[in-house]
Amino acid sequence: MATELGPTPVKAPASGGTPVHHGPKGVGEDNRIASQGRWAAWLLAPTVVALGIVIVYPIISAIVMSFQKDAGLDPATGLFTAGGSAGIQNYVNWLAQQCAAPDGGTVACPPGTLGGQFWSATATTFFFTIVTVALESVLGFWMAMIMAREFRGRSMVRAAVLVPWAIPTAVTAKLWFFIFAFEGIANKLFNTTILWTGSEWPAKWAVIIADVWKTTPFMALLILAGLQMIPADVYEAAKVDGATAWQRFRMITLPLVKPALMVAILFRTLDALRMFDLPYILTGGANNTTTLSILVINQIRQGFNSAAALSTITFIIIFLVAFIFVRFLGANVVEQSGATGKGKK
Amino acid sequence: MKTPRFLLPAATAGILALTLSACGGGGGGGTSGGGGGSDADANLDGRGPITYVQGKDNSNVVRPLVDKWNAAHPNEKVTFKEQTDQADQQHDDIVQHFQAKQSDYDVVDVDVVWTAEFAAKGWLQPLKDKMAIDTSAMLKPTVDSATYKGTLYAAPQTSDGGILYYRKDLVPTPPKTWDEMMGMCSIAQANNIGCYAGQFSKYEGLTVNASEAINSAGGSVLNKDGKPNLNTAEAKAGLGNLAKAYADGNIPKEAITYKEEDSRQAFQSGKLLFLRNWPYAFNLITTEGSSAVKDKTGLAALPGKDGPGASSLGGHNLAVSVYSKNKATALDFLKFMTSEETEKFYATQGSLAPVLGKLYEDQELVAKLPYLPVLKTSIENAVPRPVTPFYPAVTKAIQDNAYSAIKGEKSVESALSDMQKSIESAGAGS
Repeated sequence: MATELGPTPVKAPASGGTPVHHGPKGVGEDNRIASQGRWAAWLLAPTVVALGIVIVYPIISAIVMSFQKDAGLDPATGLFTAGGSAGIQNYVNWLAQQCAAPDGGTVACPPGTLGGQFWSATATTFFFTIVTVALESVLGFWMAMIMAREFRGRSMVRAAVLVPWAIPTAVTAKLWFFIFAFEGIANKLFNTTILWTGSEWPAKWAVIIADVWKTTPFMALLILAGLQMIPADVYEAAKVDGATAWQRFRMITLPLVKPALMVAILFRTLDALRMFDLPYILTGGANNTTTLSILVINQIRQGFNSAAALSTITFIIIFLVAFIFVRFLGANVVEQSGATGKGKK
Repeated sequence: MKTPRFLLPAATAGILALTLSACGGGGGGGTSGGGGGSDADANLDGRGPITYVQGKDNSNVVRPLVDKWNAAHPNEKVTFKEQTDQADQQHDDIVQHFQAKQSDYDVVDVDVVWTAEFAAKGWLQPLKDKMAIDTSAMLKPTVDSATYKGTLYAAPQTSDGGILYYRKDLVPTPPKTWDEMMGMCSIAQANNIGCYAGQFSKYEGLTVNASEAINSAGGSVLNKDGKPNLNTAEAKAGLGNLAKAYADGNIPKEAITYKEEDSRQAFQSGKLLFLRNWPYAFNLITTEGSSAVKDKTGLAALPGKDGPGASSLGGHNLAVSVYSKNKATALDFLKFMTSEETEKFYATQGSLAPVLGKLYEDQELVAKLPYLPVLKTSIENAVPRPVTPFYPAVTKAIQDNAYSAIKGEKSVESALSDMQKSIESAGAGS
């Protein structure tokens, strides 16, 4: 926006931020604007269509599927037959952890079914999200503070810090899988005999450690960008006024870096809520490390429509979390970049 | 920045059109199977180029065979489509193509555990009447693994069975029964090594091991009608064997994290007296430089209740797609790929176990693959993993509950009863 105002800002209205066209408004001018608009429409059309195909279509299709029954088996032929409409049964089954019963009704899902894992997977997902994002924020902040200082080899450090983030998650997961194997480096190094992937809390911590290792650099760089926006003279002024290091951090750094920090936390939270490949490869979802995304993928192999319902539920959960962030915690990623996006949903 | 007025309706219309087509697509996608009948009768005499689909050809056996076929059949050339080496991805790739009723996958290589699912979806051509093949020379369990509801849907091509690796320097004669093996665990204790391990991490390998335990004790996961059959004394004894051995330390604690490779390495470094694994491990154990048991490894059939145990069956079957346009060619190619000559090539070139019984006595092969006689016993006594179209749900039920039972988090009875209920629920549809 700001760039369009040019060197001679003519008191553009603060809200909206739309540059106002002044000057004579003849008939020719109107035509010119109209044809420009048409031209713009043609230029935008491919994008709109592409977005429709890659975003709108899959979402709508998933929602439609989620109201269909999964294929059942015809006992006579042994062939699958289409299930027909399910109403909201798929959603009810997930939320109430109900499974189909042999007599045609529903029963509480026994252990060993995907349906019985919905709430535990939800809890696991949120647990991972809260713990990893908290650890990553603190460590990322610390790393960013270090990288913001002037020292020899700073650019080397900045590049080196990015290495874990640059490695594909699947590779990271496999790497930590070997580290946490019984005969792996972790046990050798600390001379322990922990079954890292064999019981609940070690398995959870294994996932958390691997995730923090991988994504802290991302956090650090986003926060670093925020730190560098703070002008040095603010600090100098504070120093002159006799503020201690702690006061400078609390009164200047924190408030000024907050927008960047909130955006970083928002991104990481949404990412962590979708966590899939790390636990999937590291633990296979055993010992209560099954996240919602793992549950969706496993359900896809057992029935698309029920999986569509579950992924819609997951989508809504993540959407709500994002909404809360933006609405109440002041992560203003949307206002910064989307002020003009009134037309889009 | 002003959005031209007329752009909005245009965009809305575009999105609406997409939405509508989405509804159509969604509805169509829901209709799976059922329609197999008509597709199965079409194109039976079709001849022409076809495509063969298989996972990554690690030991380079497929290409030479395809080249050989193509040289002899210039008008019915086969194109080899190679998938990834990940079983899950191979499965999903085939599902996507068949779901869309595409005719571009003519002959597909299916894992034994997918055969029933694909057959029930109506995607595999029944191998009967005009499409019949001769299975009389094949080992029966391999044919069973390709049979669903009494109809053969695929041609067994390669097989695999579990065998018992043992330390012949410590155990003079291998155990024939489970109890005998547990009795020998004092030898392991005296040598300060673990006694027995299989694959007990929570993944497909646990289904294999738990089913073997249950089948070897005389039980079965599913009965003849495909219904779960786990609330039995035999099943309890079978799973109980594993739970007890884990509790009293005959199965070392770390085995709960073992997959094939971890367990092989534990045995190979001399930390185990007995190991259940697939034949692939033999070559590595006896030739790898790091192996501490190169000349100390013996092979035996899996121990059972009174004699050889019932191995779970691995391997692959070849099936013809019902959507194929050239089924006559596909059938010929299927026969070619399961012929004795091809099977032998698979065994010598790729160390893939044949399905033809007589090849296990072939001197040339036995010299190259010394485990063949033991493997034959294993496969002859093998029980296919549950043949069910709901395999993903069944294997999940087995894994989750067997895992808890072995770790002692719940009793064997309640684990089996939960397994039973979970499988019943899967079969009940939704």
